[in-house]
Parts: sequence; C-alpha cells; structure tokens
Amino acid sequence: MIEISNITKSFGEQRVLTDVSTVFEAGKTNLVIGISGSGKTVLMKIMTGLMTPDTGKVHFNGRDFFALSRNDQKNLRREIGMLFQGSALFDSMTVEENVMLPLNMFSNATKKEKLDRVNFCLERVNLAGANKKFPGEISGGMKKRVGIARAIVLNPKYLFCDEPNSGLDPRTSIVIDDLIIEITREFNMTTIINTHDMNSVMEIGEKIIFLYKGVKDWEGDKSQILDVTDENLNSFIFASDFLKDARDALKEKIARNK
Amino acid sequence: MKIEFKLFEHLGKFLIMIRRMFSRPARWEMYWRELFRQMNDIGVGSAFIVLLVSIFIGAVTAVQTAYQLYGTPFVPSSYIGLIVRNTIIFELAPTFTALILAGKVGSNLASELGSMRVTEQIDALEIMGVNTESYLIATRIIAAVITIPVLVAIAAYSGIMGGYIATSLSSNYSTEDYVRGIRMLFDPFDVQLMFIKSFTFSFIVSSISCYMGYYVKGGSVEIGKASTQAVVYSCIFVLLADYVIASLLL
Repeated sequence: MIEISNITKSFGEQRVLTDVSTVFEAGKTNLVIGISGSGKTVLMKIMTGLMTPDTGKVHFNGRDFFALSRNDQKNLRREIGMLFQGSALFDSMTVEENVMLPLNMFSNATKKEKLDRVNFCLERVNLAGANKKFPGEISGGMKKRVGIARAIVLNPKYLFCDEPNSGLDPRTSIVIDDLIIEITREFNMTTIINTHDMNSVMEIGEKIIFLYKGVKDWEGDKSQILDVTDENLNSFIFASDFLKDARDALKEKIARNK
Repeated sequence: MKIEFKLFEHLGKFLIMIRRMFSRPARWEMYWRELFRQMNDIGVGSAFIVLLVSIFIGAVTAVQTAYQLYGTPFVPSSYIGLIVRNTIIFELAPTFTALILAGKVGSNLASELGSMRVTEQIDALEIMGVNTESYLIATRIIAAVITIPVLVAIAAYSGIMGGYIATSLSSNYSTEDYVRGIRMLFDPFDVQLMFIKSFTFSFIVSSISCYMGYYVKGGSVEIGKASTQAVVYSCIFVLLADYVIASLLL
C-alpha cells in the first residue's frame, strides 16, 4: 500500500501539485488520470523519489520515503519497478541484458538462476525467444513488454507505469493493460498507472484519481465513471461526440438490463 | 548578480556530483565491467586520431623550427631536436591531446549521458536503486584519468618520431643531429610535468563533460547544446589549468 498525504510541488512561481492525498491499495490497478500538464508525471516522480515534494509525505507500507536515509531510500527503491513512457531500455544491451541488469546489480543468484529468472519474466510478457534482440530491432509494444519484464524481475512490491499505452495501437494497448492487471493480481503488487487512455480507464480502473490543474478533483472507480457529475472529469473522459454517444448508449443498455 | 548566482549553482551541483561518486558500489563486478568498457571507448577509441595528429604536429614543429634556425650560425642544428622534444613534452602532447579529446571524448560523454537522461535511462537506474553518479560518472572519469595520460605518452613519443621522420625527409638536416638534440639537456622533471598536466586535463575534460550531459533537461536540442558546451568549457578550463600548472611548477 502506498499512502500519499498533502503533496504540494511548485517549479518557481508555477504550482504543479496542490495538497494531493490518497491511498493506493495492494493488488489493485490504481489509475492517475488527467489532461497533459495536470501534474500526473510529477506526482509519479515524487512517489518514486525522483523528485522531492515541497510539502507532504509518501508512505510505502508505513515507511515515510523522504524521512529515510539515502541508503535506506535506495534499498526501498529495490522494491519498486517502473515502466517508463519511452520504455527507457539501454540501447547498447540486448533484451536479455536489459532484463538481467537489476539482477546483476543486486542479486547474489548464480548466472543460471539469473538466466532462468530472466526467461521466466520474458515468457510472462510473451517475449520468449527475444533474448538476443536489441531494443532497436523490436517494436514499441515489445519494448513496453521488455520494460515490464525488467520492472518485475526483482519481484517488486510496487509497480509504477507512466503512460504504458502511449504510442501504441489499440490492440497492443489492450495486451499491455491485460498484462499489467494480470501481473498486479498474480504478485499482489501495488500498481499505479498514469494514463490518458480511456479504454484503460474503463477496463482496468479499479481505483481512479483525477488530477485537474494539480488538484485531486475526483476519486472513485470505473463503475462510477458513467454517472460522474464532475464537469472537469466529464469533459476530459467524454471529450469527443463519439465517446459521449458511447456513454449514453452504455447507460441505456445498463438501464434496459435492470 | 544573476550570472554569479548561476556560477555558484553550477559549482555546487558539480561538487555534489563529485562527492556522490564516492559511494560504495552495489556490485563491484558491474562497475569493473563498465570501467573497462569506458577505457576501451576513451583510450583505444581515441588512439588512432591522437597518433595521427601528434605525428604531424611533431613533423610540422620540426620543419618550422628548422626554418627559423636556418642560416643562424650560432645555433647548432641539433637544437631542432631539443626544441621539438621540449615543445612536445611541455606543451603539445598534453595540451593538444587534451584539446583533441575534449572534442572527441568530451562531446561523446556529454551526448551519451544527455541522451540517457532525456530517454529516462538514468531515471530507470535510479529507481532500480543504482547510484548513477558512481556507476555512470565515476567509471567514466576514472577511465579517462587512466587512459588519457597513456595517450599523452603515446602522443609525446609519436610527436618526437614525427619530427624524426620530417628531419629524415629533409636534405638540410641530419637525423643524427636531431637524435643528438633529443638526448641533449634532458631533465626527467619535464616528463613528470607532462603527466601532471595530463592527469589534470583528463579529469577536467571528463568531469566537465559528464556534468554537462548528466544534468541535461529537455530534448535533442539541449543535448546538442550540452555537447557543445562540454567541448567549449573543457577547452577553456584545460588552457586555464595549463597556465596555472606552468606558473606554479616552472
């Protein structure tokens, strides 16, 4: 479980986050949504310790991250896996070497044990056999899956995904979403996902927080999205006529079924 | 006032970066591997250009020295070798090599680290719990401090050999005089000074370039700017350090 309380962050005169508090539960896919510039990425960087908040706290199962020593922060970070928007794979390394890097850095396992673990993670993301390919030789969707494999190789308790579907076609986006939700349940991780993708919101949003201009504007789950009255959230989620029509049709269908 | 503030901000960030480099690595094996990879890139990768440039610099220095001494009755022709040797050991080998490497290695370090920063690879390492200052920067600086003095020694030798080749191609001077000149009035301190300079310059070039790349913010334009700034500031500080070392030690 990750609990954030009263997070505020400014860059110079510009306030990016204002008093954001919430709890992200283990075994659930927690979504942070909002328009570009709403502070999602900054919030994620604060939660992962890549940025320091002006005020506020981040607790990982009761441990206040910013009150820990630099060494303890590093140890805690080994419990964190992160999938970056651009995958952040090391270009000079093969897929296998990329996934093995955290093990080489921190695990005392033998070479064979490490290789077995890498192969298990690659199979888990349906990339068995891609070990010797370089990031430049694989597609965007495959890069994301390698990123997920690398993120879970050390059995993290917390998984952060920054825009996992950006730049992917709808079918590949669904594959990535399914993978994230399966992994979250399988390993009982606390998963936090920044996303713009409406399909993800409707499919995997077990908990959703909506940021608007750096303020937590709404909090709920996917079942509440259709009936939401928050104007900012409505105009964000149902931005196009197509999505408004889809919402109305879905509401009618639910009403008929009742 | 604003410029002074920026200067102190950069100095502070630079010193913090250097301090954080000295933390115990999580796994020595990974650091050794990265160190040897960098030594190969910086040292072996630059050997050819250093060799080529220094041979020509030595040859040109010999030809031009010979031209200036031509017809001078009171200066023996063996002084060509002496002047070439001293010019190369004192100045051309360490300083010229550092300036060449500021362009080749400096821009490469800054753009490599800058790209890693922009594509979030450094963030990825941070989140894994890796001390990136130690893993990415210390390995590069140590690799540079080990390999650049070796390149400088190669440059000194090949520069003097370049002078020998130029002399052997000239009908006006004999190679025997050149060799006699090289051996004349030799003081081992000259070589010590060359190595003091080369260690200092290698630290300057690598640390400034790593700093510029590591703290890049933005995209490809900023990486280009950081790369250019790495070369410019490295050259300026190398020349400044050259003057300071010469003033203090000579």
